[in-house]
Amino acid sequence: MNIKFLHLTFAALLAFAIVGCGGSKNESTSQPANTAPASAKTVDAATVGSVTGTVNLDGAAPSARPINMSAEPYCAKAHSTPIVPPEVVTGDKGALANVVVFVKDGLSADYTFDTPKNAVTLDQKGCMYEPHVIALMTGQTISVKNDDQTTHNIHPTPKDNREWNQSQPPGASPIDQSFARAELAIPVKCNVHPWMKSYIFVFKHPYYAVTTKDGKFELKGLPPGTYTIEAWQEKYGPVDQTVTIGAKESKPVSFTFKANASGD
Amino acid sequence: MSLSLRHSFLDGAAASRSARRALPALNSRHAILAGRGSFFEMSNAQIQNPTAVHRFAILTSGATVLLLMAGALVTSNDAADSVPDWPLAYGKIIPPLVGGIRYEFAHRVVAAAVAVLTLILAIWLARAENRRMVRRLGWTALALVVVQALLGALRVRFGHPPVVATIHATVAQIFFITTIALAFYSSPFGRREIPPLEDSASPAMRPLALWTTLAIFVQLILGAGFRHGAFGILPHLLGAALVLFFVAWTGRVAKERFGKVPEIHRAMVLLHATFGTQILLGIAAYWAVAKAIQEVQPTVPYVILTVAHVLVGALVLASSVLLTLCCFRLIRPQAAVSVTSRAAGTAIR
Repeated sequence: MNIKFLHLTFAALLAFAIVGCGGSKNESTSQPANTAPASAKTVDAATVGSVTGTVNLDGAAPSARPINMSAEPYCAKAHSTPIVPPEVVTGDKGALANVVVFVKDGLSADYTFDTPKNAVTLDQKGCMYEPHVIALMTGQTISVKNDDQTTHNIHPTPKDNREWNQSQPPGASPIDQSFARAELAIPVKCNVHPWMKSYIFVFKHPYYAVTTKDGKFELKGLPPGTYTIEAWQEKYGPVDQTVTIGAKESKPVSFTFKANASGD
Repeated sequence: MSLSLRHSFLDGAAASRSARRALPALNSRHAILAGRGSFFEMSNAQIQNPTAVHRFAILTSGATVLLLMAGALVTSNDAADSVPDWPLAYGKIIPPLVGGIRYEFAHRVVAAAVAVLTLILAIWLARAENRRMVRRLGWTALALVVVQALLGALRVRFGHPPVVATIHATVAQIFFITTIALAFYSSPFGRREIPPLEDSASPAMRPLALWTTLAIFVQLILGAGFRHGAFGILPHLLGAALVLFFVAWTGRVAKERFGKVPEIHRAMVLLHATFGTQILLGIAAYWAVAKAIQEVQPTVPYVILTVAHVLVGALVLASSVLLTLCCFRLIRPQAAVSVTSRAAGTAIR
């Protein structure tokens, strides 16, 4: 029995050592970048057009129960009025914010695009994410800031990219990360404050926009062609439209989500 | 579970003693029964401070119930990833106790306390207990608590694969019933010599109780899998129907044949009470889960009902384990009965 027990103890210690030396989830998500195809080509700036439009909500935005921040006194004190989840945010005349509009289909895979040098910022303010939805390109830096005087953890749970979970105490430096692969609607959570939720969209191309309270969007620099444009809203899901643009042409496209339907 | 495992772990001392007395000529069978029954053969052996050991085993079981509750609170409050490092928390021994960190940290603290209790219990049993299998069971509990800590570490450091979380929940139940078994075997009832009861009818009570325990255990795995997103609700619902069948069948057989045996009667009442409560809690928890899907954060009814469902599920398993252990302690195995009959026949000829 003693020998068996020694073996068991050794196995347990070995397992502890493996876990102790194992990779941390806090490591950078430095995965192999998307390689350009052999026949890579760039967009001809002289012929590009654009798609512009607005996103609206048909009907009244659903009423939401205010967030209960009593679990964290700092968060509760940070707001003088009750905060509702920013699931459906509307502006004047039903303009819908936090909608991601992007080219879903129709773009040649041969095009290559430079990764933007500027970082996209995801802020934690008043124990809420600002903005609620962000979009960026593969390899582009996402910089996560903590403006709160409380600890957060930032935990994206992607399916196609590497998951990471990193803590950020008050006053800590921004956390810089990136995503190697295109992926839609990556949920981001703070497990310390379970009401904190956000979404990250990662694209291989620069043809995307996130609407603000005016509901407007513009996809600039599109080469001539026929495209499927998708508008994604957290509660109502995706809606697609097909649009054909010629050289130097600008086409208007509008999306309307029904308040009491899926909008598909 | 195989027959050999069943015999080696749970066979009654009285059964092997009776078989030995009745079968002096059947050496091979006798040797098997005697060997496999050696654990119970020492049931009347003296151990140092038996009452204290028993109380300490009960304390460990009670602390494990708290640990199960703490773990369930972590899951229900979606706080499993609120502390991204292990073994430290935010690089400290005591992290900032805010939001979900409180649940995760409390879970770690209770787990550490249970690990210490288990270590003390294992060492105590190793020094004071003279039944080899009870000592081994103590070390098994310690090994399980180590494995469970490692699984928890994997869960923290390598994300939330539903499989790891489900295994973590499953090992928790195995550890819990191990502590229950230790409390049982260290009790006066688990130690004293008891004349065996006969059970020649079909189905035999001992395997029936064992199968009921296994069905409940599988059902808890299915529930953990649903809770952690490994699979849907359907397997858990089918499992509930299966458990209902086994609990009802076991109850009927126990009442018909051993209704007047107080230990079996009490264990059966406990199993029925916890299982009935669990069915009601299951319906309520499902309603709470369905309602909470649209919520931005875990609601109070969701947390209370799901935690209660997990906890009572563990108590159902514990009740069934107690019933099974009582049956194995009190009822002579049918194999021994048939061997006895054959030996008697040989002697007459």
